[in-house]
Amino acid sequence: MKTLETTIDEFTARAAEEGLLDVAYTTVDSPFGPLLLAQTRRGLVRVGLPNQDAEELLVDLSERVSPRVLEAPAELDQARRELDLYFEGKLDHFDLPLDWRLSGGFRQRVLRAIDRIPYGQTRSYTEMARKAGNERAVRAAGSACGSNPIPLVVPCHRVLRTGGALGGYGGGLPMKRALLELEGVLDESPGS
Amino acid sequence: MTALPPFQTVLNEHSAAVMAILRGAVGRDGAEDCFQETFLAALRAYPKLEDDRNLRGWLLTIAHRKAIDYHRANGRKPVPVADPAELAAPNGMPEPDDGLWAAVGALPPKQRAAVALRYGSDLPHNEIAAALGCSPEAARRSLHEGLKRLRKELA
Repeated sequence: MKTLETTIDEFTARAAEEGLLDVAYTTVDSPFGPLLLAQTRRGLVRVGLPNQDAEELLVDLSERVSPRVLEAPAELDQARRELDLYFEGKLDHFDLPLDWRLSGGFRQRVLRAIDRIPYGQTRSYTEMARKAGNERAVRAAGSACGSNPIPLVVPCHRVLRTGGALGGYGGGLPMKRALLELEGVLDESPGS
Repeated sequence: MTALPPFQTVLNEHSAAVMAILRGAVGRDGAEDCFQETFLAALRAYPKLEDDRNLRGWLLTIAHRKAIDYHRANGRKPVPVADPAELAAPNGMPEPDDGLWAAVGALPPKQRAAVALRYGSDLPHNEIAAALGCSPEAARRSLHEGLKRLRKELA
């Protein structure tokens, strides 16, 4: 006798086979708490940090991408593996296809520039504004970082204020500091 | 217009009810298949659904159609019904015995569905009507005919 859970898993697998899985998601553990990972057929579309409400993020995906949202952990195996390695300090470059559709225009240009900052290095908000084509839009560049739908993988934690102050982080400053320590940018006594 | 909830939410909230009804309607073995077909059809149609106020009725309507398809494909023969233990009413109704569910399983499809929806899932007449895609009067009639027949069979 199959349990209802098994039957639901089989349904999800069939939905994926038949191309009906527009948004697959799962929750994974991290040193900072649970992360929500969501992907479309194009790639990873959303990473929810531990301090963000996963239910709200799913409702948002349902509205902005497609209501065909299903929990399908197997679909996110690669993302989970790469994040595990990253947190262990054994991966310095994510090799995941990304779906940028949740950010447009200037914001997306800023985020694509951030995506090219190498592991263990930092840049300033001003540099990111310049790379995105408007050096004076520093504030907008900061808000693009703040609205990054794919944090960690698109490393907005590598963007600091000119002069080295940490600036902000959607997952909270302690997390930003810890990520920069993990990458060897900050040592035990963090800069102000 | 409010947006549709993520389909996973719909699945979590209604999968048990859909499974209970299908077990009553087509038996344990058929219920697995019908469950898959029901939710695949629902998922296919979901983004275009315009009214999400009665998602349960909508799913039960689809489940009912899949149960009818199943009976057609299987030559309308009476099917073994679910183990009564699995159909145990969530609201603490006494568990019906084997003979009763066997008799329910032998009813014509509409009557069987009406009886299963009323007593297996405790739905009110208007929701049964929504699930069967008929008027409340017709749902009441199917239920009445089904019960009459059961009384005769089991007398």
